Amino acid sequence: MNPDIAPVIRIRGLTKRYASGAVALKPVDLDIAKGEIFALLGPNGAGKSTLINIICGIVTPSSGSVTADGHDIQREYRAARAKIGLVPQELTTDSFETVWATVNFSRGLFGKPANPDYVARLLRDLSLSDKRNARIMSLSGGMKRRVMIAKALSHEPEILFLDEPTAGVDVELRRDMWNLVRSLRERGVTVILTTHYIEEAEEMADRVGVINKGELILVEEKRTLMKTLGKRQLVLHLASPLSAVPPELGPWRLELSAGGHELVHTVDGDRSIDVAALLERMSSLSIGIRDLQTHQSSLEEIFVSLVSRHA
Amino acid sequence: MSFPSPRAGSGKRLDFNHHGVWAIYRFEIARALRTLVQTLVTPAITTSLYFVVFGAAIGSRLDSLGGVGYGAFIVPGLMMLAIFSESMSNASFGIFFPKFTGTIYEVLSAPISYVEIVIAYVGAAATKSIVLGLTILATASLFVPVHILHPGWMIAFLLVNAVTFSLFGFILGLWATGWEQLQLIPMLVVTPLTFLGGAFYSISMLPPAWQTVSLFNPIVYLISGFRWSFYGTADVRVGLSLAFTLGFFAACLGVVALIFKTGYRLKN
Repeated sequence: MNPDIAPVIRIRGLTKRYASGAVALKPVDLDIAKGEIFALLGPNGAGKSTLINIICGIVTPSSGSVTADGHDIQREYRAARAKIGLVPQELTTDSFETVWATVNFSRGLFGKPANPDYVARLLRDLSLSDKRNARIMSLSGGMKRRVMIAKALSHEPEILFLDEPTAGVDVELRRDMWNLVRSLRERGVTVILTTHYIEEAEEMADRVGVINKGELILVEEKRTLMKTLGKRQLVLHLASPLSAVPPELGPWRLELSAGGHELVHTVDGDRSIDVAALLERMSSLSIGIRDLQTHQSSLEEIFVSLVSRHA
Repeated sequence: MSFPSPRAGSGKRLDFNHHGVWAIYRFEIARALRTLVQTLVTPAITTSLYFVVFGAAIGSRLDSLGGVGYGAFIVPGLMMLAIFSESMSNASFGIFFPKFTGTIYEVLSAPISYVEIVIAYVGAAATKSIVLGLTILATASLFVPVHILHPGWMIAFLLVNAVTFSLFGFILGLWATGWEQLQLIPMLVVTPLTFLGGAFYSISMLPPAWQTVSLFNPIVYLISGFRWSFYGTADVRVGLSLAFTLGFFAACLGVVALIFKTGYRLKN
């Protein structure tokens, strides 16, 4: 994130303790830059939705502050909320309203004058044009999800929150959603999404935040995260098992696994090893190799190891 | 941010979200229009039935009350009965249903103040019940001669009572956590008090002991004042009626203000 540009979302010391005494958020500090796609990862109940709901005005924070485009979400809630669109996790829509009516309702609710052209274009972008006069209850789950996105975008927000946007969504809609997020980014809209499909964060996000038990345990550029925390391994499947790593192979820092059937080298950061020399050496030692694999850990593995470390 | 944003403070410029209020108001009115039969035709038929039963069958055997025929006498009571129950059910349902389905998230995340939310929901509920009250008045005038002595006061009482019971309904809708609770107060408290509050009779017709008991029923004052605006006769002094009407209005307004100060049942 470029530190010279004022963040579009600025969170300082934000906490939430529910009346039951349950702590949903420990002090959270976070800056989100204008136009970035930020993915908030975390297991169920980690505090992702609480964080989003506080920023959007649905949950009152216990302490701390949040500004949206420079407006304090409590003292200047009108200006702050006018900038924000929210697609909540649950499919909560009216039933008897038409698609057209409900999207225009949202636009009015957020203080914008009617703009039929904009709403028509929005429905077209979301493949909802032919459903505009349909009652919401007659739509499929995927279509309802599209309606909720249309509602969230109805007032042309500059910041969009997508809470688990692709949970229970078919492949086509998921792809459309990803395209939508990219096109929003091109228009300068900041997108903050929560997900536990890590593949999604891997695909779309510029930066990733990991939240666990109400604590933001890591915020990092996705690329850096993959590079520093991702493990690369070279696995050599041996023709016949070894009982120990031969001392001649010491410089390559190999480990024996799979009952002596595999030799594994774990790449440390960016330092790569001379694989050709290793293979040559093994050949001179008459160690037969049946197969060779390299393996790079995904964001998912990184995430799982992070969360379990902080458990 | 360490430096003031040039746009900081622009929140104060948007002082009233009239688009937002209008959106909710229209949504609520549209809900009534979808169920026009239930909203207007049903009460009109019910009123007609009251006149067939009380006006023609029973009323013809009763003496006039203070110079007013029984059929005409019950018109203000019937109107109030409808105003009370429709205001309450419209406003309570209006806010309870989005809470129940979860669509309230959108209202809570919108740049709209609590005052504006109340104006929109209560305004819509009051509008609907006033239209209904006037429908009943029009239906009634087909059966009995209705004349209104103080039309200005009649409108004023109608308006304040519609808004008051809409506010009351809004409170009920916020408070209720289930459908049963939503019905509880209207069915068990307000409807009995209304029936015992002189909607269909003058409390002077009761034995003295019960007349005294009736004076503890606040609804008596509301109905009596409204009836006075029609016929100039009342069970209690009209000043008292006015005081009770405004007092109840102020009380409901106060409770709503208190609820919003604490975010009760809306935010946690």
